[in-house]
Amino acid sequence: MADRMTIHLKIWRQEGPDAPGRFERYTVEDANSHMSFLELLDVLNEQLIREGTDPVEFDHDCREGICGSCGVVIDGIAHGPQRRTSACQLHMRHYADGDTIVVEPWRAKAFPIVRDLVVDRAAMDRIVEAGGYVSVDTGGAPDANAIPVPKVSSDEAFDYAACIGCGACIAACPNSSASLFTGAKIAHLAALPQGHPERARRVVRMVEKMEAEGFGDCSNHAECEAVCPKGISISAIATMRREYMKAAFAGQDV
Amino acid sequence: MGDYGRKVKVIFSSPIGRKVLTGITGLGLTVFVIGHMLGNLTYFSSDPNAYNSYSHTLISLGPLLYIVELGLLAFVIVHIVLGVKIYLGKKAARPVDYAEYKSAGEPSRQSSSSRTMIVTGLILMVFLVFHILSFKYGPGMAEGYVVMVDGEEIRDLKRLMEEKFQHPLYAFGYPAVMLLLAFHLRHGIWSALQSLGAMTPRLTPLIYTLGGVLAALIALGFLVLPLWIFFSGGAS
Ligand code: FES
Repeated sequence: MADRMTIHLKIWRQEGPDAPGRFERYTVEDANSHMSFLELLDVLNEQLIREGTDPVEFDHDCREGICGSCGVVIDGIAHGPQRRTSACQLHMRHYADGDTIVVEPWRAKAFPIVRDLVVDRAAMDRIVEAGGYVSVDTGGAPDANAIPVPKVSSDEAFDYAACIGCGACIAACPNSSASLFTGAKIAHLAALPQGHPERARRVVRMVEKMEAEGFGDCSNHAECEAVCPKGISISAIATMRREYMKAAFAGQDV
Repeated sequence: MGDYGRKVKVIFSSPIGRKVLTGITGLGLTVFVIGHMLGNLTYFSSDPNAYNSYSHTLISLGPLLYIVELGLLAFVIVHIVLGVKIYLGKKAARPVDYAEYKSAGEPSRQSSSSRTMIVTGLILMVFLVFHILSFKYGPGMAEGYVVMVDGEEIRDLKRLMEEKFQHPLYAFGYPAVMLLLAFHLRHGIWSALQSLGAMTPRLTPLIYTLGGVLAALIALGFLVLPLWIFFSGGAS
């Protein structure tokens, strides 16, 4: 019983991409400290449905911090105050009874608001489509050990591959830069032999796409690393820059 | 060749090219500023003519000096143009700002310095124009600022400086701007190295700290001179 808490919420409501948005205040009386932040929103939505109002739209899927679907700015910080934690893994025990929490969608020109807290993150997919892959001929699956990968390389690749594509890096960046997201893909594939044949083309195209989608320039604030639920290091961005300059000056046809 | 030129243009108008160029020009200007600061400190030499001899040596470089000056001017212009472009791009990339926004803290390097680069940078730009007009293009030998050193008549820049720094506006305005310079470099030095792809996770905390210390030392090296002159009445 002692775990029960009352939470006040100030949430951004917006009917559609072009509708004017506004903050609405709500109070959830029967929250409890064992809930996740998204469960708090579920309880709020049940309450809103009972009252006959539209529930608050928000993205979510796995609710275990691995899919990257969830993501809102909680009290000014993407995914909230808990480090290396996505919004679905943020628990209400970090809050006190009577707290007020401000919830906003990711804000960037490249992330148009669909409704309430849901934004369209397809721009990130288009950056990946521009080169964040390796081309493989179809046919029988090659043996996993056909290409030897040094342990250090696979570890490094994995650190960058941990990106779940939630977009928090962009949401938290004062410049709305997609450098950490893009850099993570580039650094991941650059660390592996499978990524080598296309590495020059990949970095040039992805960087071009990043700019074309309307993301801002990086100013090395490193805010992205601080909010990344997977703690991906800005060394990914340094790697992207080295890869880009190498590709650009190597004179390869990109 | 034309194709290569186009390629270079493409590279430097890309988001990464902009960062690399901002970093290179920023580091270049930092090196210049360190040289300038060390040059100023010749004022405190036991040889009373050291400061004027030093400035005279620079002037005597002739064409070489012009080349260096043109290079510095190019660095300044590129650095400012790209800085303004990055700032405008930032505004365009988030047309609707957060009602509430704060830094998540470590390992973020976001600080009052990193957020105000455009402001400190533009103030430094205005200062630079004013500074060059007051000293480089200030009164010279024709206006009687002449001193004999080793049998040669040279410009008495030292006297000009001692006069200028009698005014509280100069004596305190200069140090204030130098503090802003340190504030700019506190983010700038580390940021430039990260922009050039030179940072690794292990190096970052060390370089960030060293960058801040270097920024403070540069400011200190500059601001002792005007304050010393003001408080000692220019007697050297
Ligand atoms: S819902 Fe999948 S990461 Fe949060």
